[in-house]
Amino acid sequence: MYLPDFEYYAPDSIAEACKLLSQFGPRAKVLAGGTDLIAKMKNEVLKPEILISIKKLDQMKKIEYVPGKGVVIGARSTHNDLVNSKVLNEKYLSISEAAHQMAANQVRNAGTVGGNISNAVPSADLPPIFIALNAAVKVTGVKGERSLALEDVFAGPGKTNLTQDEIITEVIIPDQKMTGSNYIKFGLRGAGALAVVGVAVAVQVENNVIKDARVALGAVAATPVRAKKTEEFLKGKKVSDEVLAEAGVIASGECKPISDVRASAEYRTDMVRVFTKRALRAAIDKGHV
Amino acid sequence: MSNMIIDKDGVRRYVVSITVNGDEYTKMVKSNTLLVNFLRDALDLTGTKKGCELGDCGSCTVLLDGKTPINSCLMLAVEADGREFITVEGVASHEKLDHIQEKFIEHGALQCGYCTPGMILSAKALLTRNPKPTEHEVREAIAGNLCRCTGYINIIKAIMDASGQEIPM
Repeated sequence: MYLPDFEYYAPDSIAEACKLLSQFGPRAKVLAGGTDLIAKMKNEVLKPEILISIKKLDQMKKIEYVPGKGVVIGARSTHNDLVNSKVLNEKYLSISEAAHQMAANQVRNAGTVGGNISNAVPSADLPPIFIALNAAVKVTGVKGERSLALEDVFAGPGKTNLTQDEIITEVIIPDQKMTGSNYIKFGLRGAGALAVVGVAVAVQVENNVIKDARVALGAVAATPVRAKKTEEFLKGKKVSDEVLAEAGVIASGECKPISDVRASAEYRTDMVRVFTKRALRAAIDKGHV
Repeated sequence: MSNMIIDKDGVRRYVVSITVNGDEYTKMVKSNTLLVNFLRDALDLTGTKKGCELGDCGSCTVLLDGKTPINSCLMLAVEADGREFITVEGVASHEKLDHIQEKFIEHGALQCGYCTPGMILSAKALLTRNPKPTEHEVREAIAGNLCRCTGYINIIKAIMDASGQEIPM
């Protein structure tokens, strides 16, 4: 399989990359790991005429804790950078675990965090756990930087609310009171499968009472979505199997899945019920985020 | 890109320097030349195979910076400019076989052989990073390398044996 011809640029700065994106408009695409973009170009799903490589932008490849800000993940970090990050292993093991469930080793070594978000695939593995942990993204465009909540990035399958000249540069996980978090991916194989259902939760439990909860669902709507009714239901409840089971029932009512080659809408809906319950139990029992 | 020319047919060609198995090659490539085709066509290193060409099968696996397995079907040659790679031809020096290759032969860990270069490189990366992996870690390390012949059993045995550990039944 060969690629159609395109113009290629590898700018030295983010500002220059944004300028090129602005200049070429929708004919241009950002190239990071290429694991999604190059495959889609081979399949002629995407036909960019210009690729702007961000390979020289090394300031976007870092994972660090910044006091007062939180854990800052550069958008060029690969999935395996998340898996192996000491900072994440200590502070947000659930993010490392979620990254580990994506595709297979070769793809995790190339595919980036920024790509996993900006390609806006509904079944992407990182957005649910980021949303559950209240993450924000920093985007840079020709007019400067702005920050938005991760859940506000998505507009639909393959569509984001970023403007043509904007690039995701960082994901920021703020300091938080959550005591546990977890992402469960349900795919049809142990590796190399897209999520049929992905459920991420974060909970703040004190004295066996749920003080706060965030629930994010992947692969069961046009975008990753929060299950806000489920979150409201959980707040103030004492932890019990009945409460977690009820939360699962409410979450299954909050998703809008489609039927496709991987699973029917009915099956996905029921799996949201099951995996919300299990993800909550695991997050509560783990006792760490 | 500083080193780009437009040839008489109007095609953009880029100068890249890519180190493969310790040798640096400076060549002209098109923007849409894939690393796998650069290796096979420009360097005649045909050990790197083309299977699905979409990043699913792992037969085009090469080691980036000598240690990181990636699918060379998804990387542009221009993106590989300035980087170093190991292909199956460079996994051992000269006429010798790597210890892992010898164990693949010993255990009959291949039938048609098409997935083998990728398997060897994924195994090499694993044992370099983690010399005593568990069977689960071995399975996970080769999860991105599809084999349609062996059922994987002898491949797992070969890798476990190469790590000097007990061979799973």
